[in-house]
Amino acid sequence: METSVEAMGLYVDLSDGQLVARCRAGDHEAWNELVDRFSRYVYAIAVQAFKLPEHDAEDVFQEVFTRAYEHLHKLRDDDAIRPWLAQLTRRLCIDRLRAGVQEQPEDLVEPTDVDDTITRLDEALAVHEALAILPDGCQDILDRFFARDESYRTISEALDLPTGTIASRISRCLVKLRVELEGRSSHSSAS
Amino acid sequence: MREGDRVTPHDEEHLGHLLSALPPAPEAWVRTAKELPVAQQRLAEIVERAEADDDYRRRVVTDPESALEEADVVAHTENIEIIRRRLDGKKED
Repeated sequence: METSVEAMGLYVDLSDGQLVARCRAGDHEAWNELVDRFSRYVYAIAVQAFKLPEHDAEDVFQEVFTRAYEHLHKLRDDDAIRPWLAQLTRRLCIDRLRAGVQEQPEDLVEPTDVDDTITRLDEALAVHEALAILPDGCQDILDRFFARDESYRTISEALDLPTGTIASRISRCLVKLRVELEGRSSHSSAS
Repeated sequence: MREGDRVTPHDEEHLGHLLSALPPAPEAWVRTAKELPVAQQRLAEIVERAEADDDYRRRVVTDPESALEEADVVAHTENIEIIRRRLDGKKED
């Protein structure tokens, strides 16, 4: 019996390089996973690092994914999709800012703390990936509380949990996340 | 973890800050990006039809937004540019 990625629903487990290869082969589900994996990152660079207003950020966001889709074959190293997307987003954000400020040198247009912000977002993305390894309950509650900024009450209603248990669940899930990251760090330094 | 990733040891509070740094992009934006493979196919069909039908080509050049909407493709800036570049016969970058 054929064991396909589609059948096993393992797109989320594919490495970035494997995912890019499948996208290039015309696999639409792989493309969906790639968008899911990097949409927050691209959005955050546009809005947090470059502080673009929403309508400009939307244009940049769509242009990044359109160009990524069209130019995936130009990527020299499939595993380098993340820095490639970061660089593409950065360039398009600068173009957008320059369009609003005529004849300004690039370094006068780009906010001064962009490098620091992108470094922080890289770290945040790695944490977000570690989150995907945790049990669904932990993924959901941490994402709702921190990334979606939902209140205890909203989370309690959405997940059908007593409000009084939300804080302790968040705390336990954060510990699990820290342990997962520490395991990855020690594995990474040992290899 | 990917090679080159640097996740420093951190306490739970720092982890919370990092999780907060990546809110979801608006759902509609994500949906549009996911539909790109279908949209690209439809863009190719628009160009193909325009190359075979001068009246349709004129309509597309004059009002690309309507042509895209008719084809059920989101008429955002990049899609309009793609149509213009392809109909102009310019090499896309």
